[in-house]
Amino acid sequence: MSVDGYLEAFRRSGSIVIVGASLAGLRAAEALRDEGFTGTLTMVGDEPHEPYDRPPLSKQVLLGKVPADHTALPRRRAVDAQWRLGTAATGLDLAGKRVSLADGDAVEYDRLLIATGVRARPWPHELEADLDGVFVLRTRDDAAQLHHRLKAGPHRVLVIGAGFTGSEIASACRERELPVTVAERGAAPLVGALGGVVGEVAAELQRAHGVDLRCGVQVTGLEGDSAGRVRRAHFSDGTAVEVEVVVVALGATRNTEWLADSGLGAGPRGIACDAGCRAFDVRGIVTDDVFVAGDVARSPHPLFGYQFLSLEHWGNAVAQAEIAAHNMVSASTDRLPHLWMPSFWSAQFGVNIKSVGVPPMADQILVTQGSLAEHRFTAAYGYQGRVIAAVTFDQAKWLDFYERQIEQAAPFPPEFPTVDRRPEGMRPVAAGFPDPSLPSHGPTVTLSGHSPTDRRVSFSPHRA
Amino acid sequence: MTSVALLRQITDYANRPDPYPLYAELRKTPVVRDEDGPYLVSTYWEIKSLLHDPRVSSDARNLTPEAARGTDLEQDPNLPPAFIRLDPPEHDRLRRLAMRPFGPPHTPRRVFDMHGELTEIVSGLIDALRDRDAIDLVDDFSYPFPVTVICRLLGVPREDEKHFHEWADTIAASLDPPGTDEERQAQQESLRQARGDLAAYLAGLVEERRRAPRDDMLSAMATDHGPDGQMSPVEIITTAALLLVAGHETTVNLITNGMLTLLRNPDVLQRLRSDPGLAVPLVEELLRFEPPVQMLPQRTTLADIDIAGTIIPKGAPLYLMVASGSRDPQRFTDPDRFIPDRTDNQHLGFGHGLHNCFGAPLARLEAQLALTELVRRLDAPRLVEDPPPYRRNAVLRGPRHLPLTVSGIRD
Repeated sequence: MSVDGYLEAFRRSGSIVIVGASLAGLRAAEALRDEGFTGTLTMVGDEPHEPYDRPPLSKQVLLGKVPADHTALPRRRAVDAQWRLGTAATGLDLAGKRVSLADGDAVEYDRLLIATGVRARPWPHELEADLDGVFVLRTRDDAAQLHHRLKAGPHRVLVIGAGFTGSEIASACRERELPVTVAERGAAPLVGALGGVVGEVAAELQRAHGVDLRCGVQVTGLEGDSAGRVRRAHFSDGTAVEVEVVVVALGATRNTEWLADSGLGAGPRGIACDAGCRAFDVRGIVTDDVFVAGDVARSPHPLFGYQFLSLEHWGNAVAQAEIAAHNMVSASTDRLPHLWMPSFWSAQFGVNIKSVGVPPMADQILVTQGSLAEHRFTAAYGYQGRVIAAVTFDQAKWLDFYERQIEQAAPFPPEFPTVDRRPEGMRPVAAGFPDPSLPSHGPTVTLSGHSPTDRRVSFSPHRA
Repeated sequence: MTSVALLRQITDYANRPDPYPLYAELRKTPVVRDEDGPYLVSTYWEIKSLLHDPRVSSDARNLTPEAARGTDLEQDPNLPPAFIRLDPPEHDRLRRLAMRPFGPPHTPRRVFDMHGELTEIVSGLIDALRDRDAIDLVDDFSYPFPVTVICRLLGVPREDEKHFHEWADTIAASLDPPGTDEERQAQQESLRQARGDLAAYLAGLVEERRRAPRDDMLSAMATDHGPDGQMSPVEIITTAALLLVAGHETTVNLITNGMLTLLRNPDVLQRLRSDPGLAVPLVEELLRFEPPVQMLPQRTTLADIDIAGTIIPKGAPLYLMVASGSRDPQRFTDPDRFIPDRTDNQHLGFGHGLHNCFGAPLARLEAQLALTELVRRLDAPRLVEDPPPYRRNAVLRGPRHLPLTVSGIRD
């Protein structure tokens, strides 16, 4: 059969399995049907719930504005899939084109999309993690349980890790008028994602909203009472606080363990794929029937020196899923590259934070509009004399401009005047990113070297 | 054809009924300098990028001295620029303060909660047309509806409307590019007068509301204390004047343009009648196809800007031809067709970026309600003349009258 003939038959009556039934998985399924794929579609998901939206879990759900089970993702169209929800994938047989499932079953595919995402990194001390009142926040069930506990009015909440999730949880606690302590190993909140200059603003925000923020400390132990309820947390500076709820927000772990012996290039940093979303095998050879999308993928981006980027961004999951779906059912000459501009948002302490580009790549930062002191500003990040990223606090309407600057590799520092340029916007300063080899909470963008197999960069798990 | 001829033709009253072929001509050169100095930008992507460009200013003080000559730069101290003519951070502070009593996050339900009141006003105006077989949609409906709404929202007594109708018209007319030096002088003179009168009128009203606040925006602006503090009395007056004029001069055209477009497309009118839900995308398409604001003539540049192969020099007047951009075939398929359920419709009808229309949520709701009710209740409406007579204004463009015949008014 000719290649074209094969593709034709595959599009008509082939079988596609999507492992991972969250944002990327659902959008890919919808895009496949939009592309005219009429074959069999199987959706495998380890959670029992239909696909739901995660950003509200650390915001509206914790505030009680939206119940955790009202977060189902809106459907763009019917997908006519066989749903295998509540059943984790446990293994992949590349040669046999088969995914094995936790219930002992197996599903066969002609083409496979892996969108298994990430999970919350648990508290490393298992006995302490098992104490009643110790939570992580990643899933709908996590959010429901945490909300239930916050509603009861604990006398103090401890959030471990001041990345975006941790900071949003702390913000929700303060909005509920709960006393909250935030412990961050780095020098400031958000320092891994946005650097020290902006991190300092985040720290001011937290303190202005009454957070007991402790930076540069580690939590050395969680102590429980005789009933197994968490009661006290000990810090590396010798202090301790009485707490009733602890939320562990130490970033995420990629869900790749099930692929350990599969021969795919999958590991703790995710699954390497090309810009067309095709997975690499362990030899660094690209596969033609296994695709990857969403948080679990890492792929090279031409705008950022072909670095392999892992992006835990909502928008990336959608865009990459659509590209993967298109490429799964297209001839090689019709395939498209995933060239999404990294961007994300966060809502915390009454401020809308948005970012484009890859801030952690930057060496310098310049506040081009507004003022850090007013917590309302636009900052451009520079890397070797070009604009590489921009962040806004309550000034998102300017981001389109900076996105274009990044796309055009515009010179840094920007030489032109702008509206609302302040004295602090005259000279760039060091962006203040921590040494990536030092553990902190995980940044939302991970840069991981140039080659698919990536032997030169050693993995440093961000343990607290 | 040169650009000189084009801008003159666009502002020429003879071309008011259909400026769109001129825009198509203009788009052949996305950025072009007019003989009188302004740079005209007519294509979608270029306009959009300039609306998000922090090197573009709305503050006339950033014009070069020669470009500023003849503008209203010598301000009346009673009515300094409102936030539409300011840059951040002043713009942001004033717009935030004005938004507090109008929209989210502080007052998220204001517009939503006006739904019942708007429906009542619409019904009352249409009820009053019973026993008429000829109506002027503008005088009988499109004008009184949004004016009643903006008056109630701000807390301006409706019976004073006869006073400020003329002031609002004069201020709106001043947006148009001036013609000869004498015209410019006369325009400046009447503008100063109108502004002074409006400011004096509002000053009295604000003082009244400060002493005895009611549930309206003037009272809120006069008494509110938020994180940004309070507006000064002069700031309240300029902001109220801006909202009052904007409420007078824009939605009226959106509704009239809408009805005109529906009568020119009877199949669409029929669809809206049987499916009121169509009003939502239909109003968006209207904002693209026949926008009430045709161009944004009040921008300038803080630096030389290189765009589409042309350098717009620092301090040059900049006209963003939004009605042209919304018909750009590089952005919209079949741009000259009215497609009421068009998806992918990020038109420029409300602008974009920082100065994105403040009243957009209200304007949308007003137009959706008005058009839905008009097509539901007017029995066999017919245009008496096409094109109808237009207002002089080229920037805020719309019919002065829209004479219709109807067979009756349904319940």
